[in-house]
Amino acid sequence: MPLAHAASTVPVVVNDDLCIADKGCTVCVEVCPLDVLRITDMLDGRKTAHMKYDECWYCMPCEADCPTGAVTVNIPYLLK
Amino acid sequence: MSDEILDGITQIDCDVLVIGGGTAGPMAALKAKKKNPKANVVLLDKANVKRSGAISMGMDGLNNSVIPGYATPEQYTKEITIANDGICDQAAVYRYAEECYPIIQELDSFGIRFQKDNNGEYDVKKVHHIGTYVLPMPNGDTVKKALYRQLRKARINIINRYMATRLLTTDARVAGAICVNTRSAEFLVVRAKSVIMSMGAAGRLGLPSSGYLYGTYENASNSGEGYAMSYHAGAALANLECYQINPLIKDYNGPACAYVAGPLGGYTANAGGERFIECDYWSGQMMQEFHDELQSGNGPVYLKLNHLAEETVSEIERVLHIVERPTRGHFHAGRGTDYRKDMIEMHISEIGFCSGHSASGVYVDENARTTIPGLYAAGDMANVPHNYMLGAFTNGAIAGEDALDFSADVDFAEIDNDAVEAERVRVLAATKRDDGIPPNQIEYKTRRFVNDYLQPPKVTAKMQLAQQRFAEIRDDMENQMYVRDSHELMRSLEASSILDCADMAVSASLYRTESRWGLYHNRVEFERDDENWFCHTLLTKGEDGKPTSRKEPVKPYIVEIADDEKDAYNKQRVKATATATAE
Repeated sequence: MPLAHAASTVPVVVNDDLCIADKGCTVCVEVCPLDVLRITDMLDGRKTAHMKYDECWYCMPCEADCPTGAVTVNIPYLLK
Repeated sequence: MSDEILDGITQIDCDVLVIGGGTAGPMAALKAKKKNPKANVVLLDKANVKRSGAISMGMDGLNNSVIPGYATPEQYTKEITIANDGICDQAAVYRYAEECYPIIQELDSFGIRFQKDNNGEYDVKKVHHIGTYVLPMPNGDTVKKALYRQLRKARINIINRYMATRLLTTDARVAGAICVNTRSAEFLVVRAKSVIMSMGAAGRLGLPSSGYLYGTYENASNSGEGYAMSYHAGAALANLECYQINPLIKDYNGPACAYVAGPLGGYTANAGGERFIECDYWSGQMMQEFHDELQSGNGPVYLKLNHLAEETVSEIERVLHIVERPTRGHFHAGRGTDYRKDMIEMHISEIGFCSGHSASGVYVDENARTTIPGLYAAGDMANVPHNYMLGAFTNGAIAGEDALDFSADVDFAEIDNDAVEAERVRVLAATKRDDGIPPNQIEYKTRRFVNDYLQPPKVTAKMQLAQQRFAEIRDDMENQMYVRDSHELMRSLEASSILDCADMAVSASLYRTESRWGLYHNRVEFERDDENWFCHTLLTKGEDGKPTSRKEPVKPYIVEIADDEKDAYNKQRVKATATATAE
């Protein structure tokens, strides 16, 4: 039984121009209660935070604690 | 961080292990450490203590403060006994009521601010049917940060991102816990002289009507591990059939009315804008009226604020949109709804276990002791009814001090290495397969059947069907679940806790063959039956590995309830409503 991938639009959006993951910041990843954020490499070699797992309680520590205001928490589409 | 599954196991020792760093846990750890600064106190969380638990972003008020001059422990104990339909061991409620005021003062000294009037006195509001207990926290967004500062100052040993999966017991006493790292799958065995569980509600039991698995009323990381672990360790769980069901904004998982909007003039209304319940305090009886109105021609149900003055609405909006569930502002902006113009559609939440709001929890006494020596429970998962955030802090404090005393008098219990090995095999089984069913589908199916068959009104034949479906899912989970990384491993363990809680919910509900607690245990085939069911029900793991229940007498009351007071919470419906809407 192979697994399929189901696409979903994710609620947490990171502005990679503002994200300072390159400088070692992992604040949003650390504070998330559901542990759904990760740091990833971009095509230009810089790093950014992103939402890896669509398992969001839209509680907002990631947005509130981000030192550069790079994170926005939207309401998941299913309940928007 | 690749979420790769690594092989590894470490063991540590401590005097007091606190599992869960939300609300009760930090206070328990602080109090244990304060009592003996030399003690090794470990605070473990599957998330990060900085932002974990129900109060991750803060809290908008104390819903049940017993402040001298406004309320007495006798009055509060009476109120909660009546609100919980009489099924209440009053000693724990009374002790909470006596000890919560010094806790408020202590929280104040941590920098958590409460609303005060012009004279500098606490500005307590009336929301409950009888007494005055609600203390707003207009700056409640600071609560987690203030707590975390105290934990660092006290040098509590904090371990983040480890999920406890099972308790270890030896000779009927607690010996520690097995934990697994949520990002590497490495194991940690914590040997502890005493263990305090403060792991929150079982909030991911029912499925929100949006179908989004994580859109739950409770913090979605509160998936019921505390209930499942207590059950497997052999502890008794009380009155699980008294579900948590709350009135919420439709589609958004924020609470609505009672504690923030109520004291400022907001109320729950039907489609005609008419008030239909006397008192917006959350009780099973109130939820039954809410449910009836939703189902009636007067439905749906709304939060009504559009009759209030601009400055009042602004204040309500500020609190609702900044503290506790701050994405609420985004939600209303997206829908184009404005409290000033529109009534806001409300609905009832999915079901869960949570003593914070109802009475379904691990059975504890007034010292927060469970039925297993050395094992404590506090907060939403311990069955002190309606205990809310201040109950978590206060009962956490009680647990911390008592657990420290327990640890001082005993040596470590031996760790059962066979049990550790058996648990490693259970946890990792789904990682050893090449394909199969992912945890999210196991979870979705469980929770969808919870909604189909367990959501009140409860019907015997439906609940029996649920048992069949849950047994089939359990077979799939044990033999076919497939996990690809350590993050999914955490979700698979949560799915297992959720299924355990579903089994317990249905078993407990079938056992109590009467109706009680309004909607929470509305069994349509049975009336309330005080003669046979004025008692707790205690659920434990039976010899056959399945839930079994027994009756436990309610302990003699400390505060007597007069006959004419007993039904105060049963008279919720506004008498004029029926006529008003018929006109």
